[in-house]
Amino acid sequence: MDKNAPRRALKAAFPYTLPILTGYMFLGIAYGILMNKKGFGVGWTAISSITIFAGAMQYVSLTLLTAPFNPVYTLVLTLMVNARHVFYGISMLERYKNSGRLKIPTIFFMADEAFSINCSVNPPKGVDGGWFYFWVSLLNYLYWVIYGCIGNLIGNLIPFETKGLDFVLTALFVVIFINQWQEQKKHTAALVGLLCSFLCLVIFKAENFMIPSMLAILTSLLFMRGKIEGEVS
Amino acid sequence: MPMNSLEIFLTILIMAAGTAATRFVSFWLFPAHKKTPNVVIYLGKVLPYSVMGMLIVYCLKDVSILHWSHGLPEFIAIGATAALHLWKKNMMISISAGTILYMILIQFVFN
Repeated sequence: MDKNAPRRALKAAFPYTLPILTGYMFLGIAYGILMNKKGFGVGWTAISSITIFAGAMQYVSLTLLTAPFNPVYTLVLTLMVNARHVFYGISMLERYKNSGRLKIPTIFFMADEAFSINCSVNPPKGVDGGWFYFWVSLLNYLYWVIYGCIGNLIGNLIPFETKGLDFVLTALFVVIFINQWQEQKKHTAALVGLLCSFLCLVIFKAENFMIPSMLAILTSLLFMRGKIEGEVS
Repeated sequence: MPMNSLEIFLTILIMAAGTAATRFVSFWLFPAHKKTPNVVIYLGKVLPYSVMGMLIVYCLKDVSILHWSHGLPEFIAIGATAALHLWKKNMMISISAGTILYMILIQFVFN
């Protein structure tokens, strides 16, 4: 492998992470501010972001950290909130296969946003895939850690109204959804994802719909394997 | 605070270990040097398409159709993002314009 491969991959990866850089501005800073309000300084904020690194989970942790010590409940809740990572892992088995020593950090940094980019973008020609996936994931990680600390230290001083900025991430997923849609001739798998999640949201409500959604998606995909397998190239 | 520093630290460590486990488990179960079962390869190919729909619904989970603003800002901003993306095919333009529109909608129009 040539020496410039990491740098070339970084150049190719950075633009893809701009929506994350913007979206985390709100989510990360808001997290830092909330930690501050609950009485946790920048040290605890940094430790949480560096070791846990999962946005939704860290918002949940605000309640766990201000309640009596309950390790079993903490572990069960963590596994439930983050169960979707199992889907990401299965999706990335092939793509991360040749990442070598970058594989472990790339998997550790596998957040929703890094996953959605890495599973849908093919690294440009001449760019090493392992490094490309690694940079997308590492940048994603650094943005989250840094914004959290900034929010904790000076969050209350931010002069402009950031309400709604987190929509960047919704828009990111919508745009990737459209890109994927246009790549494929038939759309059963995409529709299965939308429909199962939507139905489970209606039935189980916002707090509890993710696990049922994942089970419904898994069942539907397995049940319709014969039909869907030929659709995806 | 109901916990001492050690208990806070342990709680964070448990969350960190649990989160990492959900990320690594698929790679432990299906290591690269062994043949991955065909059904898992199939799921790996199709799941990204299903998951993206799931993530969109996940982002919108707290929107209430029944209460003001009835999900209208989200509906309009997603429509605009999608239309712009189909037209210009430029990720950054679609995402930034959609987000700015959304911020204007919830800060000034549906406030």
